[in-house]
Amino acid sequence: MTTKIKLENVSKIFGAKPYSIIPMIKEGMEKNEILEKTGHTVGVYDASMEIKQGEIFVIMGLSGSGKSTLIRCFNLLNKPTHGSIFIDGEDIVNYNSSQLKQVRQKKIAMVFQHFGLFNHRTVLGNVEYGLEIRNISKEKRQEIARENIEIVGLKGYEEKYPDQLSGGMQQRVGLARALANDPDILLMDEPFSALDPLIRREMQLELLDIQERLQKTIIFITHDVNEAFKIGDRVAVMKDGKVVQVGTPEEIIEEPANDYISDFIKDIDRSKVFQAEHVMIKPNALVSMKDGLNVAVKEMEENNISSVFVVDRGRHVKGIVTIDDAITGIKEKKTLEDVLRTDISVVQRDEYVNDLIAKTLESKFPLAVVNEEEKLIGFILRVHVLSGLVSDDVNESIEYIG
Amino acid sequence: MGSFPDITTKLGDYVEQFVDFLDLSLEGFFDFIYIVSSQIINSIETALVWMPWWSFILVIFLLGWYFKSIFSGVLYSIFIFLIGTFGLWEDMMTTIAVVLTAVIISLLIGIPLGVWMAFSKGFSTVMRPILDAMQTMPSFVYLIPAIFFFGLGNISAIAATLIYALPPVIRLTELAIRGVDKEVIESAQSFGSSKWQMLRKIQLPQALPTIMAGVNQTTMMALAMVVIASMVGAQGLGEQVLVSINRIDISLGFEAGISIVFLAIIIDRVTNGIADKLQKHRRVSE
Repeated sequence: MTTKIKLENVSKIFGAKPYSIIPMIKEGMEKNEILEKTGHTVGVYDASMEIKQGEIFVIMGLSGSGKSTLIRCFNLLNKPTHGSIFIDGEDIVNYNSSQLKQVRQKKIAMVFQHFGLFNHRTVLGNVEYGLEIRNISKEKRQEIARENIEIVGLKGYEEKYPDQLSGGMQQRVGLARALANDPDILLMDEPFSALDPLIRREMQLELLDIQERLQKTIIFITHDVNEAFKIGDRVAVMKDGKVVQVGTPEEIIEEPANDYISDFIKDIDRSKVFQAEHVMIKPNALVSMKDGLNVAVKEMEENNISSVFVVDRGRHVKGIVTIDDAITGIKEKKTLEDVLRTDISVVQRDEYVNDLIAKTLESKFPLAVVNEEEKLIGFILRVHVLSGLVSDDVNESIEYIG
Repeated sequence: MGSFPDITTKLGDYVEQFVDFLDLSLEGFFDFIYIVSSQIINSIETALVWMPWWSFILVIFLLGWYFKSIFSGVLYSIFIFLIGTFGLWEDMMTTIAVVLTAVIISLLIGIPLGVWMAFSKGFSTVMRPILDAMQTMPSFVYLIPAIFFFGLGNISAIAATLIYALPPVIRLTELAIRGVDKEVIESAQSFGSSKWQMLRKIQLPQALPTIMAGVNQTTMMALAMVVIASMVGAQGLGEQVLVSINRIDISLGFEAGISIVFLAIIIDRVTNGIADKLQKHRRVSE
């Protein structure tokens, strides 16, 4: 994936003489100290990151952490005090006003926390606004607006005014308005925070659905860890204007950069972040169909395990043999195929642990984890699922069990 | 003992000299204003007088009905009819023409000034004390330079009325533009609106209900100036009040006075009704 946006040492300071503050921060003065001594607020300090084409990049932090300030730097609603922002390789920070207008009109659109709708215009009037100011003909822009209103599921509401709609519907208008410009980049500033939990969940899924179809580069702000980890391909955590950690949700949970982040993610519902492949164990022993029972017994004895998966030549799972079955089988001169148990559960590598709980409880045997080509890549015991839910460090627990 | 020392400043003289200077150097400007105002006031008055009396009452009824209720429409029509029965029909028309002209000019000057103040902190700081002075200076005081520039008559009255009635629309326009929701402004910016597009398509429409409140205030203040303005020769209902004072004519004074009250009620309710309608729908076509 190519890099779409690159931030280099971006700082944003509010106050009368913002530039004078940069050296102070470099000397290591804290945000509070600077505010007390100079009356300047450090919004963002030294943020660097790369955002890839087509990903959902979530910026997460508590209120006051500078996340809303940072997202406004991407379209220069806040002009950074220091640093560069490259979009498609071009530094936009020093763009003149007409270049900036071009970027805003064509490349970036934004969705706001409190929707930012124009309440003197109808839904249609809102959605077509971005096109209207580009002087696109009325017919053309209304056609595009109607398409986008349909995409967000508001067909039939074109002539309503924003105050006649519910919060969830208003934010759909906000989303349609942003999409109507067909931007490469979508900035979303806590778009679902003002919605009630049920609607929020619905909107999150819908966003993922729309993203699947449209493949925009999305920068998404939230203070909600669960939301961040649910929709983010990668997540940046901010504190006091600084970016403390950037990584995939799994990386952040597995290796929080500091106590702040550990604290932040303490309440996260791990079962909805971790997938089968994160809690599974790679099998040391596998038995092939042609190997026979003696090999199976030997494998189990050597690895000190009580059952082993049987695969064919393409590593596709055929079933499992237990040590008891195998020994009885040898005594009774049966073949591997005779004692093979096929009533096993197979799960995909990207199934969430949340969905695995029931399966591990129902199954007598370990769960077999397969990849997209249905090849066996690991297995999961009941205890792995549980440890994945509670432990601070998943790897540690797995080693302990293994 | 204890009396004020013999120090005098001649501030009044300086102002007088300044007014003289203005009269000489800006003669063309004042002529221009005179001509424009006379044009506006004459065409309004001609139109009003040309209208058959019943059609004027019908218009008032329709305004009341559309912006308030059918009851209001009927009530306002009765008010107007009563003024006619006092024998003050023509005076009323003159007063309406003077007030309307003053209001139209106030809006033409006031809204752009208010917008400018909203955008420029410096200009706003300069304007504020001036607006305060305009509102608190006793209104008789501007009558004198008004006569100086425009002579006796309706135009002087309008000029004096303007000074008194202009501040509310300026203030409320500034307030309204500044008060537009920050996120709405940001969202318009984020789509790459130019300043002009932002003003025309977002800020002014969003500010309109509050600006209408300013228009209401301005209109009421213009009406309040009617009697005072008659001292510089404005005709109409105010003139009748003045005449009744001179003659100690209670009956004429009351009739002319209550006519002004009737007009005030109608104008206030109708402009308020317009503001409410805008607030409710917020629909402004481009």
